[in-house]
Amino acid sequence: MTLPLFFFYLFSAIVVASALMVISSRNPVHSVLFLILAFVNAAGIFLLAGAEFLAFILIVVYVGAVAVLFLFVIMMLDVDFAELRKGVMQHAPVGIIVGLILLLELLMVAGSAFIVPEAAGAGVVPIDGGVENTRAIGRVLYTNYIYLFQACGLVLLVAMIGAIVLTLRHKPNVKRQDIAKQVARTRSGVETVRIESGKGL
Amino acid sequence: MMSEFSGFASLAPAWPEMLLAAGALALLMVGVFARNEASRFVTILAIGLLAVAGAMVLFSTQGAIFSNGFINDEFARFMKAFVIAGSILALVLTVSTAEDKGLNKFEYPVLVVLSTLGMMMMVSANDLMSLYVGLELQSLALYVVAAFRRENARAAEAGLKYFVLGALSSGLLLYGASLVYGFTGHTQLDRIAEAVAMGERNVGVIFGLVFLLAGIAFKISAVPFHMWTPDVYEGAPMPVTAFFASAPKVAAVALLIRVVFDAFEPIARDWQQVVIFLSIASMVLASFAAIGQNNLKRLLAYSSIGHVGFALVGLSAGNLTGVEGVAIYMAIYLTMTIGTFACILALRNADGYAESIDDLAGLSQNRPFVAGMLAVFMFSLVGLPPLAGFFAKWYVFLAAIEAQLFVLAVIGMLASAVSAFYYLRIVKVMYFDEPTRDYAVPAIEIRAVVALTGFLIVTYYFTVGAPLAEYAHNAAGSLF
Repeated sequence: MTLPLFFFYLFSAIVVASALMVISSRNPVHSVLFLILAFVNAAGIFLLAGAEFLAFILIVVYVGAVAVLFLFVIMMLDVDFAELRKGVMQHAPVGIIVGLILLLELLMVAGSAFIVPEAAGAGVVPIDGGVENTRAIGRVLYTNYIYLFQACGLVLLVAMIGAIVLTLRHKPNVKRQDIAKQVARTRSGVETVRIESGKGL
Repeated sequence: MMSEFSGFASLAPAWPEMLLAAGALALLMVGVFARNEASRFVTILAIGLLAVAGAMVLFSTQGAIFSNGFINDEFARFMKAFVIAGSILALVLTVSTAEDKGLNKFEYPVLVVLSTLGMMMMVSANDLMSLYVGLELQSLALYVVAAFRRENARAAEAGLKYFVLGALSSGLLLYGASLVYGFTGHTQLDRIAEAVAMGERNVGVIFGLVFLLAGIAFKISAVPFHMWTPDVYEGAPMPVTAFFASAPKVAAVALLIRVVFDAFEPIARDWQQVVIFLSIASMVLASFAAIGQNNLKRLLAYSSIGHVGFALVGLSAGNLTGVEGVAIYMAIYLTMTIGTFACILALRNADGYAESIDDLAGLSQNRPFVAGMLAVFMFSLVGLPPLAGFFAKWYVFLAAIEAQLFVLAVIGMLASAVSAFYYLRIVKVMYFDEPTRDYAVPAIEIRAVVALTGFLIVTYYFTVGAPLAEYAHNAAGSLF
């Protein structure tokens, strides 16, 4: 079995396993952690396919932003963490397993460079050696796929309108910042009061 | 090097879509800056915008552009014209009812325009990717519109249910698309057909096809993927339900036709089984499930499930007559549905709108025009001659018999007979029961919609029938 094949099966097995854990674990925080594990391994598969730009985008956008956002949202949900924390020692193995798998993968990736120096080149299957990833994507994204690119923009616009329509509330008694009002204030309404020290207002 | 103008001219087949996209953005700005009465003003502007886009569709250039991701042929033009007509009529129904139904925000017409744009992209999709993006644009706008009355628990429930099940169906569809891409190596529909025709019968492609069909069946609410329909239709405000039951159904059926004929024509036998099953299950289940319904919206939800089943009879035939039949069926279904919803929206008094069948008791005595028109739509939905509904069923059953699907045709006719019970019950309640409620005179534009759709349904055979059939024939012909 060649090295890329081995890594492909390793990454995909972990992606599938952690995706299963995302929906089967009872603690939502664990679910998010497994989601992150799935993302990282999917990035690994992208790397094997020679799409290093997509791999790093996946890490930066999904792991760095989306998953962390999910974590915040879950923290704000009404989850009884005291109840969940009761079995901390029971749940500890889950965290340890996730951590160990990530560590193992890191070690294998780092280690392979020392053990088989030529593996670094073999792992990556570039689609076209002469063109970098970003350039290749840019070439098709704004030409062949311009229609899809624009349509995705509209989908995002609909999502934005929807989020605003469904959540924005104009409550009458809420104090909002009105910059024009602030700037237009004159000294007339302001009064300086001299207060004797030690007496209070 | 192409100049900018010739570049723009080469996009001519997509001009109506580009107009709608730009127009939706402009309407958003108008809505933000026109403070007072913005909602009604934007609604009227949106109707105008859609009407212009509709006229452009009728005269649009044919051709495939955007690396063949977008195709505008006779079939696309036919379906787009009816999608736009459905959206316009649904928006007209909201002009005077928006305030009562909690739709009086300028975002509503904008979302309807964007969703219509998504439907047009679905109809014109010639690639699995553009198909999916169009579908998502349409569905996302519909999810929001379903939950538009957010302080109403039922509307919020409807929106959430629609969103979760819709996301699930999109997942099924994407999984199918990825399998099809994996086993054929193409996302473009005609290329898929070439690959399918060349290779031997491949289990992976069949698997992908089934998942694709399941995802689309969700969108057209064919049994067994119909569970969301009665709940969502009931929870959403009535004008929104009218919209849900009309334009998106036409677009999704058009999408289904394009996928099975453009991409999977060589393995017609395989998808025909699935479509026949969906068709029989939808017709039979809807006919029986609707009998017990007392809520008008739930009743119409089951009615729409049943009608999708009848439309699929034509598709099961898998021939030109079948596609022609489905095209005619969807056009007539759209007219009947909008007309029925307009009749119900016309029934309003100080207590609110008619919601259940009991509210229609004795309607013939205090609102004879609306009652008469509603009776016409009910007879047409049953399929009694000489109303349009009869011709709709005639064309699809004719196609099924031509394709020697006798069992399917017989089951369809029996289901149609069963469905007569609940349609005629409404007529009976309106004409033979004692009146319990009085209704105010409906708004002028609602009466206009009722009169227009009623006129088309009643005089179908003498006025629009022949041109529609010819137009549908040309549309179907462009797929073969």
